[in-house]
Amino acid sequence: MSERPIKVLIAKPGLDGHDRGAKVLARGLRDEGFEVVYTGLRQTPEMIATTALQEDVDVVGLSILSGAHMTLLPRVTRLLRERGLDDVLVTAGGIIPDDDIPALREAGVAAVFGPGTTIAEVAAYFRTHVRQPEG
Amino acid sequence: MSEAGVRAAELADAAVAGDRRALARLLTAVENRTATAEVALRRLYPGTGRAHLVGITGAPGAGKSTLVAALIAEARLAGRAVAVVAVDPSSPITGGALLGDRVRMQAYASDDGVFIRSMASRGHAGGLAATSTAAATVLDAAGFDLVLLETVGTGQSEVEVARTAATTVVLEAPDMCDEVQAIKAGLLEVADIVVVNKGDRPGAQRTAAQLRAMLTASASPRPAPGAGGEAADHPRPKRPDVLVTTASTGEGVPALLAALDRHRAAGRDGLADAARLARAEAQVWEIVAERLRDRLHRTAAGPTTESTLRAVADHRLDPYAAAALLLASLAGGPPRA
Repeated sequence: MSERPIKVLIAKPGLDGHDRGAKVLARGLRDEGFEVVYTGLRQTPEMIATTALQEDVDVVGLSILSGAHMTLLPRVTRLLRERGLDDVLVTAGGIIPDDDIPALREAGVAAVFGPGTTIAEVAAYFRTHVRQPEG
Repeated sequence: MSEAGVRAAELADAAVAGDRRALARLLTAVENRTATAEVALRRLYPGTGRAHLVGITGAPGAGKSTLVAALIAEARLAGRAVAVVAVDPSSPITGGALLGDRVRMQAYASDDGVFIRSMASRGHAGGLAATSTAAATVLDAAGFDLVLLETVGTGQSEVEVARTAATTVVLEAPDMCDEVQAIKAGLLEVADIVVVNKGDRPGAQRTAAQLRAMLTASASPRPAPGAGGEAADHPRPKRPDVLVTTASTGEGVPALLAALDRHRAAGRDGLADAARLARAEAQVWEIVAERLRDRLHRTAAGPTTESTLRAVADHRLDPYAAAALLLASLAGGPPRA
């Protein structure tokens, strides 16, 4: 294989029942040449961390609209670190107030994509920031 | 051993010892066909052959993923460790893929006795990814008792899974299959077990009865084992069990798992020796073919290969002469380790 596709997990933590945005993003990233694992609604941080581990993804994209991001997102990043996945790029999207972003970045969320972000922007960010292991 | 070789061996040993992160990384190496993967697979192979490798195939939407989830549930009740390799198609245009089989299986995402891995087919036709067999070997080595290999949604002729799995399950949906469909050659012929899923829908029992009549009754009876000569003489069609399940509720799934176990036991008793040999053959030829292609494209033969292919495209050379030329160019080449 000359160039392997970047593998992305698109996950919806928590209880909100709206995943149209996550699905549109998953589809869009597919069209950008990514291998996208989609796991459906209502995932616990534990489910997301284990899925990221088993699938050996390069990126975890968390979509959250419920307002529980300050609780759930740091739990995901902590669990990922605990399982040795500290090289995985974690990003978030959805409805997240600007004021919360510094704390989320502190917790290990590399980027927060708000409404209006294009799929091309997200794809470009992933391509630039994923660390491809050698071998 | 080289430094990379040592790293590969460490990764393999860690995966076997139960390190899930190492297992996941090794599967990535396998998917990417790296040198690490080859070293690790060679190290692991002698310890494999213990898992029951079950292929699950059928049309898109027949319920493969839901049935896999139901089989996980049933096998976990018995305390068995289960691994899943779920293949979805890659885009022929962008190379991207949407791997969505896990949606139905996430109830087991946090169960230590379950390991689920999605794979993109990456341009491989036939229902699997080119590396699915190797991935199953790794999961076998890691100690999973039941390894479920879910294909992409298939049509009539994606029979590759039967060359990888010890037991092949073909899923049908009610009323998708009439008697003529049931006697066509292809996918249904490689089934060890045919499952009519969505058993709560009208027509399920009728579909199962039609399949049973066409698949089971029509096949000529097998000579008793040991009667001699039957395997080499003339390949005989299988006589698959036909079962009805409702994967979404679990109805019929215990009977399916029991049927899988029976088929596994029959294989152990030596009835499936020819099938085992065929699987080994398929695996080795795949590697031989891949290496031949590699050597023709990537070594000193590369330019000759290019010009030979060009000559065929321009109708200056016929394809048979071209093949003879390429094979001759290999004969003198250095052997690769």
